[in-house]
Amino acid sequence: MNLSEIRNILNAIVLTDEDALQKTVACAYCADLMSDVLSFSVTNSLLITGLTNTQVIRTAEMAAIEMIVFIQNKRPDIQTIKLAEEKHIPLLVTAFSMFDACGRLYEKGLRSLARVNVVHRA
Amino acid sequence: MGNAEEGIFFLTGKDFTNAGAASSSLKGILERRGVPQDIIRRTAIAAFEAEMNVIIYAVAGMMKYRITDTEISVTLQDMGQGIPSIELAMTEGYSTAPDYIREMGFGSGMGLPNIKKSTDSLVVNSVVGEGTTLEFMIRLKAGE
Repeated sequence: MNLSEIRNILNAIVLTDEDALQKTVACAYCADLMSDVLSFSVTNSLLITGLTNTQVIRTAEMAAIEMIVFIQNKRPDIQTIKLAEEKHIPLLVTAFSMFDACGRLYEKGLRSLARVNVVHRA
Repeated sequence: MGNAEEGIFFLTGKDFTNAGAASSSLKGILERRGVPQDIIRRTAIAAFEAEMNVIIYAVAGMMKYRITDTEISVTLQDMGQGIPSIELAMTEGYSTAPDYIREMGFGSGMGLPNIKKSTDSLVVNSVVGEGTTLEFMIRLKAGE
């Protein structure tokens, strides 16, 4: 799924340079805990989060995350946007809640590729 | 690849504006050396978690790295409060972080477990009231 499609599905605004509209992601992960992102996310993914500080950009950089969507109209400050542009990580803002943003993307085919060990207990 | 390379970054406690800058620089160095992407990602994640620990809990510290043809070793040494129980700190979900750290998305008790998961070896030594030394190593070539 590319950035332009994600923008349309979430009625999102792109905060960074718009020249990355064709950039694609293979999967998505959502969390507000950056250690969870560092622990469980996978590369080539979209991060959906409610946190807007510079640590989110650093986390994305370390975890090789391709782009970030901020939910519920949460806007990062200019410092955060500048760091994202420097690291070539596009930022989007949507009015949808975490649940609705994830639901809409899932409905259109975007999936999580996180390494999950599901244990079924009787 | 080339020859061994080493360096040092100085870290300042509570400097959240620059938190992650050292790990970012290290990541850049590994990229320039042509280290495989998955190894860069593991190193960057471990270094960043360890760097955040210094920023959150210590007054000051440093990150030393050494890259050879076979491995990447990183040592973080800080003047901080120390870890009373390393065993507890290695437990997923255990955290002593204050609320303002949690509001930044850290302090969820996954830091040390995550460093261990991302690296081939991890050694943590700590003295309460003095500081902590954390050393990790990631192999560049399998079986060495």
